[in-house]
Amino acid sequence: MLHDREEQRGGTLSRRSVLRGGAAVLGGLVLGIALPAKRARAGEPQAAGAALNAFVHIPAQGPVSLVMPAVEMGQGVYTSQAMCLAEELDIGLDQIEAIHAPPDREHYGHPTFYVQATGGSTTTMAWSEPLRKAGATARAMLVSAAAAEWSVPASELVTERGVITHPGSGRRLRYGDVADRAGQFPPPTDVPLKSPDQFRLIGTRARRIDTPAKVVGKTVYGIDVIRPGMKFAALMAAPVLGGKVEHVDEAPALAMPGVRQVVVLEDIVAVVGDNTWIAEQGLRALDIMWSPGPNAALDQAQLWADTEKASTGPGVAVRKEGDAPGKLGTGVLFDATYELPFLAHTSMETQNCTVHVHDGGCEIWVGTQVPGYAQAGAAQVLGVSPDKVTVYNHLIGGGFGGRLEAAPIVTATRIAQKVSGPVKVIWSREQDIRQDMFRPLYHNRLKARVESGRIIAWQHRVTGPSILARWLPPAFKDGVDSDAIDGAAEPPYALGEMLVEYIRHENAVPFSFWRGVGPNSTVFSVESFLDLIAGKTGADPVAFRCLMLEKTPRARAVLDAAAAKAGWGKPLDPSPFGARRGRGVALMHAFGSHLACVADVAVTDGGDVRVTKVVVAADVGRVINPDTVVAQIQGGVVFGVATVLHNRITFAGGRVEQTNFNDYRLLRINEMPTIEVDLLSSSEKSGGIGEPGTVIVQPAVANAVFAATGVQLTRMPLDASLIARTV
Amino acid sequence: MGTISVNGETYEVVAASDTPLLWVLRDELGLTGTKFGCGIAQCGVCTVHVDGVAVRSCQMLVGMVGQRAITTIEGVGDTPVGARVQKAWLDLEVVQCGYCQPGQIMAATALLAANPDPDDGAIDAAMAGNLCRCGTYVRIREGIKHAARP
Repeated sequence: MLHDREEQRGGTLSRRSVLRGGAAVLGGLVLGIALPAKRARAGEPQAAGAALNAFVHIPAQGPVSLVMPAVEMGQGVYTSQAMCLAEELDIGLDQIEAIHAPPDREHYGHPTFYVQATGGSTTTMAWSEPLRKAGATARAMLVSAAAAEWSVPASELVTERGVITHPGSGRRLRYGDVADRAGQFPPPTDVPLKSPDQFRLIGTRARRIDTPAKVVGKTVYGIDVIRPGMKFAALMAAPVLGGKVEHVDEAPALAMPGVRQVVVLEDIVAVVGDNTWIAEQGLRALDIMWSPGPNAALDQAQLWADTEKASTGPGVAVRKEGDAPGKLGTGVLFDATYELPFLAHTSMETQNCTVHVHDGGCEIWVGTQVPGYAQAGAAQVLGVSPDKVTVYNHLIGGGFGGRLEAAPIVTATRIAQKVSGPVKVIWSREQDIRQDMFRPLYHNRLKARVESGRIIAWQHRVTGPSILARWLPPAFKDGVDSDAIDGAAEPPYALGEMLVEYIRHENAVPFSFWRGVGPNSTVFSVESFLDLIAGKTGADPVAFRCLMLEKTPRARAVLDAAAAKAGWGKPLDPSPFGARRGRGVALMHAFGSHLACVADVAVTDGGDVRVTKVVVAADVGRVINPDTVVAQIQGGVVFGVATVLHNRITFAGGRVEQTNFNDYRLLRINEMPTIEVDLLSSSEKSGGIGEPGTVIVQPAVANAVFAATGVQLTRMPLDASLIARTV
Repeated sequence: MGTISVNGETYEVVAASDTPLLWVLRDELGLTGTKFGCGIAQCGVCTVHVDGVAVRSCQMLVGMVGQRAITTIEGVGDTPVGARVQKAWLDLEVVQCGYCQPGQIMAATALLAANPDPDDGAIDAAMAGNLCRCGTYVRIREGIKHAARP
């Protein structure tokens, strides 16, 4: 079979679907089909089947559509959300298709954040109960319809795998048979949920619903979108933060075959071409003159110093018990600071967005954690109301917080505004890193006083910007960013008289959420400081922590489990990776979950660190899908090991110094530690699990390096030159 | 430019011969299972097979392919080893976001085709060029061993 290019480009959807092996229904998952919000509202008659609420649509035939309020970016929530709905609805995961929720805050707004967003490891905490209720309510309506049809009490009917049965008479109806009539019933308001002993899905190792299409290359991520007549754009932003385009001669790009257009915006130049490569080559052919703007002198040493200086100023008290400053004034005092660098998200799928501006609005194809912000951002660019902007969301090739901002969608819309027809804007890896909104630089200053082996006074000052003040203004209250101090205000330990303070300090570097968020800085600092104190007082780090855990048995249990599984106290075997060996521990309570971690490291004389083994014990409360929890901890650990060993974004002359994976290193398979996860059985309220693995491994590794070398590093990532040994 | 053979089908290519194979597959042929990640052969998400050998398609110019057989993630399941790897990936729930997994599966399949029972060192050597930001390496290693001894 011969395919020519025009046929591909001009091909109809069905033509392309054949080529791509069918883009519509894949592995129980419908991709890129937005259920219109109006259709999802109950009460409107449906030609086939019915939307029983915003989350459950039962067609007359075929799979039940379940609308996913939280987006899937690898963390497994399409499966876990579907499990919650299907559990109460009494259908199998093989009988459903998952639908991306359209922008619709009324129905899909986050129960805690209010805005429509996926993040903060909150999906299971926030959505499990609303989705179970939606499933139970839909089931009750279906049962009522069948009971009316048969003139029997609803209490006599049983449901299983989408079939309603009246055992007394043997009559049966499929959900699809009664969905139309069920839609006419008012939704009951107080439907009982199953008790845990009735669960058939929740708590089981259910197969993920999104992965069959992923292993055969048929999943359509945002970057894979193809629209008829689509062009491709490559872009470059001002290399100095806040810089502008001063002059660009478009001719060298326009002279290249396949280059269609050069788009010059105030701060960005984009080249539009017949494919991504041609657009990128066109961009490289341009000699762009940039005016640097106000940040030309911005450099890393200054950024560290400014934050350090801010940390000595007045803070806002977040937690105050007793008179910690007074207690700290006398006696043996411990004092340390911990500094965390800017970090890039580097999802494997670079930022991208396809936009078609037409008829007084636009259509957007993208994978985003914030469909509503995406819609609003594009509408603002075009000067239209949000209802003129249609957002088709997609599965995301890694989020980690990097898809929690509308900025890339705004940029793509600004470019698309100048282009006739649909245009796919793809960030090169270099632009993805340099235009990122980074994990901010944080500074932690800690003081403690110890008497008789116990901490009796504790002060922790967190200095950093407020992401929430910009992203979710109502959550920024009384001068406190609740994310920045998460993990500092309520550590699992009894620390005596306490003062925890927050100092908001911002600089010119764009910042946003990043996997692990606030606890990445606070838990790292608390856990490092505890090991510093233990080291100086000659205490064992695990025993020292246990003294402070009398009132937090869940924390104590995970610490004991991790220590036992890791062989805490037993000597480490020699390692081929380095002569100096050390073992470190860390404990956390954040995101509603308790985790303890023990890491083993080997350190070379040159100061290179190899993490050889990581053990994590976790109590995350009630679990929806245990295998997903384990996978998230495994992956979070890998993410965190790369962070503590390698990752930093630095600035010189207002420019990001890193470019690609050669100088922003991720962990590779040949650098992997063994990872053991002990998931403790728990019937407590569900906690979050997307981020804790990343948080907890970083201080465990740093503490292991401290144990191996006697040197505690306080500015991340670990700097080999500071732990090198003269032989 | 001429024709290339992808997954057993012959395609006429219009793009210039110095276009990387990656962008011909994705933007011209619509075979978007092969991913873009870095453009400099640092991440491996663009891995395809050329006559069974794992190659970074972001670095191979389409004009250099000639009549050699290109296999992508969309076609590798037609080979017995590729199908075993894909099944292992599902059985062990290797996949998270999945974006790097086409490249991982192509690299793992090429490894197993050449070395049916690789040890950890062989797995490291063959897979170290494939990055996964979700951090699925524990299961990638298990998946390769599972596919080797189903």
